[in-house]
Amino acid sequence: MTVRRLAEKQPPSFEFTPENQTWAEKEIAKYPPGRQASAVIPLLWRAQAQNDYWVTKPAIETIAGMLDMPFIRVLEIATFYSMFNLEPVGKHFIQLCGTTPCALRGAEDIKKVCATRIGEQRHVSVDGKFSWLEVECLGACSNAPMVQINDDYYEDLTPENFNKLLDDLAAGRPVQKGSQVGRISSEPEPRKGTTLEDASLYDGSVVGSWRKRFDESIAAAASAAAEKK
Amino acid sequence: MTKINIDGKELDVPAEFTLLQACEEAGAEIPRFCFHERLSIAGNCRMCLVEVKGGPPKPTASCAMAVRDLRPGPNGEAPVVLTNSPMARKARAGVMEFLLINHPLDCPICDQGGECDLQDQAMAYGVDSSRYAENKRAVEDKYIGPLVKTSMNRCIHCTRCVRFTAEVAGTGDMGAIGRGEDMEITTYLEAAMTSELQGNVTDLCPVGALLPKPQSFRSRPWELTKTQSIDVMDALGSNIRIDTRGREVIRILPRNNDAVNEEWISDKTRQIVDGLKTQRLDRPYVRKNGRLTAVSWNEAFAAIAAKVKTTAPAKIGAIAGDLESVEEMFALKALMSSLGSASIDCRQDGSKLDPKAGRASYIFNPTIAGIENADAVLIVGSNPRKEAPVLNARIRKRWLRGDLAVGVIGQQVDLTYAIQYLGAGADTLSDVAAGKGFGEILAKAARPLVIVGQGALSRTDGAAILALAAKLAVKGDWNGLAILHTAASRVGGLDLGFVPGEGGLDAAAMAKGGVDVLFNLGADEIDIAAGAFVIYQGSHGDRGAHRADVILPGAAYTEKSGTYVNTEGRVQMADRASFPPGDAREDWAVLRALSDAIGKRLPFDSLAALRAALYAAHPHFAHLDAIEPGDAASLASLSAGALDKSPFVNAIDDFYLTNPIARASAVMAECSALAKGRLRQAAE
Repeated sequence: MTVRRLAEKQPPSFEFTPENQTWAEKEIAKYPPGRQASAVIPLLWRAQAQNDYWVTKPAIETIAGMLDMPFIRVLEIATFYSMFNLEPVGKHFIQLCGTTPCALRGAEDIKKVCATRIGEQRHVSVDGKFSWLEVECLGACSNAPMVQINDDYYEDLTPENFNKLLDDLAAGRPVQKGSQVGRISSEPEPRKGTTLEDASLYDGSVVGSWRKRFDESIAAAASAAAEKK
Repeated sequence: MTKINIDGKELDVPAEFTLLQACEEAGAEIPRFCFHERLSIAGNCRMCLVEVKGGPPKPTASCAMAVRDLRPGPNGEAPVVLTNSPMARKARAGVMEFLLINHPLDCPICDQGGECDLQDQAMAYGVDSSRYAENKRAVEDKYIGPLVKTSMNRCIHCTRCVRFTAEVAGTGDMGAIGRGEDMEITTYLEAAMTSELQGNVTDLCPVGALLPKPQSFRSRPWELTKTQSIDVMDALGSNIRIDTRGREVIRILPRNNDAVNEEWISDKTRQIVDGLKTQRLDRPYVRKNGRLTAVSWNEAFAAIAAKVKTTAPAKIGAIAGDLESVEEMFALKALMSSLGSASIDCRQDGSKLDPKAGRASYIFNPTIAGIENADAVLIVGSNPRKEAPVLNARIRKRWLRGDLAVGVIGQQVDLTYAIQYLGAGADTLSDVAAGKGFGEILAKAARPLVIVGQGALSRTDGAAILALAAKLAVKGDWNGLAILHTAASRVGGLDLGFVPGEGGLDAAAMAKGGVDVLFNLGADEIDIAAGAFVIYQGSHGDRGAHRADVILPGAAYTEKSGTYVNTEGRVQMADRASFPPGDAREDWAVLRALSDAIGKRLPFDSLAALRAALYAAHPHFAHLDAIEPGDAASLASLSAGALDKSPFVNAIDDFYLTNPIARASAVMAECSALAKGRLRQAAE
């Protein structure tokens, strides 16, 4: 987390599109009179979606007016949630998970790719196509490391496939959402894992196999040390 | 009532009490930062932790836990609260350590030093060294207006200021942006606060994050002499404490008085201080060849005596201003009657209030605390937010409790609570009085409050409006007629009968040239036509002094002991905090000396003798902090009359520049310019 401020360059005005305006009115009507302020998060979210994925000062003021709230109350909410972008973002906005499981599975390498290809966090690349931000856990730990680009998750990343993903996005080629190694949701990786249909699970051959693996690795280490001598 | 055992002492407290209140009842002191009696409970500083048995098995924030939430013991024993157990002390020490992680060690250069809650409580719960080796947080200072200086590194995020502006002031100026370690207290994009009560956040701030800007680096609290006094900036009579060092007034703070100002004061009351030092009249002046020339007291008195002796009594008059105490008005009235003149008036704004109709016709009958009992409010020709901001906060407090309709007749203004705007002028009022529209709500209400401002009363049809309003306001035992004055001296003056006697002229007639010699006691809001010989007695070189032929330098309200009667008729006495500058003297003494010079010596030689004479003539002035109630029956004598169709215009246009002291203050000028800029922006 860092200090979040509104962007320096702001558009002069904000207006919901007619569809969004109707939608917003419906959203406000969900709450009893005097409690319209409850609709502030949905409205900010929709304003962000409408405005290239970032929340502007005029949008904050417009929404405050619609909900009869002081401006500062809406600003408080917009600055509280990191999901509200207060500055322009790239066409493909990458939210990179840097929390423990992803970090253990190589998020640092993905971060390096972002840093070299796009530049600093919170900065839009020169071509306007990318910007990135390290965020907290996005809840796809079993497919770590992963990023969220706009509304979609891209999982099981390696520097290679992540670079290719960015190339494809930049060139406008279709990309594979979800896992980049071809697995479906969070099933075990092909060839490497065991499924419940595997016969070895039921014939007793697996029992104690982990212990055997330890013994083997200790023996191998001991023989390697003996060879050195 | 529920039984509870606090530190081994068993007592009965109401079930809705919080543990903190119950502990205070038991005499235990609980440290706190975020909790404040007059604000909602936040429970975020965690300093008030206590150990409880019969509740969650962890230290409990006593401000946010209710007595009724605790369970009794297995055999029906009362729940136990320990405020000073090792667990509670250790928990608080832990909280204190966390608070101090990011708090700078700058007490020696912090203006809050010596009256800082954090400093005091760190003495009790802090440790002498830090275990924190990491970087401290640094926060940018914010601009939040000309009255409050920020030093945001010191902020401990108690959110008292945020809750104050949202709840009491009602402007929602301040907020907390960001979150976690990056949470910052600020206004919306560092705009200046808009509330007339914003100065109170400096009192609320438990650390040195929000400090009064005009008093930056001026003094230490232990060097100051504290004097209890009464404010004269509006007719509310807020209880204040004047802090002086030597002869210099350093700052003005509120005193708690639940019946009047609770513990708030307006910004004008608080930050008028620099106005007390500039534009002061410190010696007598006489106009010679068209120029005011400094002279001695004797010369000034001689000039007056020569003029008065050659003028017929009927051609002598006196007007008393807005900031005068009862004592000097009493002395002036005595002097005028000994001269044989009946032309005296304390209503320079032309208000039609008249003491002949009884006290009930010119005071805030339901009392200020009584606002909280009202069940409907009608505001006629007044903007309480500007005329008495603290009183407006009281209306807002009642409104927040719910189920209160507020109707406004006059100018449509933002009062910080929802209003029904009814109309602009007297026509609307007569419709309401006839039971139409809002009149139905008032008719149904058991305790309607009708606030009548000077904007409605200082018109030609003021008396008729008063009669209409009185009809709406009286219901059985309840007298809801609430006259909101704008001048601190007004009710006292009306109590004294400082109004034209038989054949006397009123203020407007005198100012237009009805008299040849006009004694002007601090009346700066009235234009006096050329021609008359004007004697101005006052503290500041303002409008009145510019028009004067003789200037007698008087004392400002901080420099004299005086009695003031507030808008609800409460008699309060202010003590003297410092001395008038130069040759200036206390006003009653100036009048006494003048009376000698013109051969009509007043029969008192000391303030005590003056007060004895005053109390003999008007006994109710002797009952300090009491209200002599008005008789509602006398309101029936108010006569209806023809109504003027023009809209009401509120008495106060610029809140920050209503009197000579305020106009001499640079701080008030800055606030006024800001407020005007906001108005312009809103209009665009």
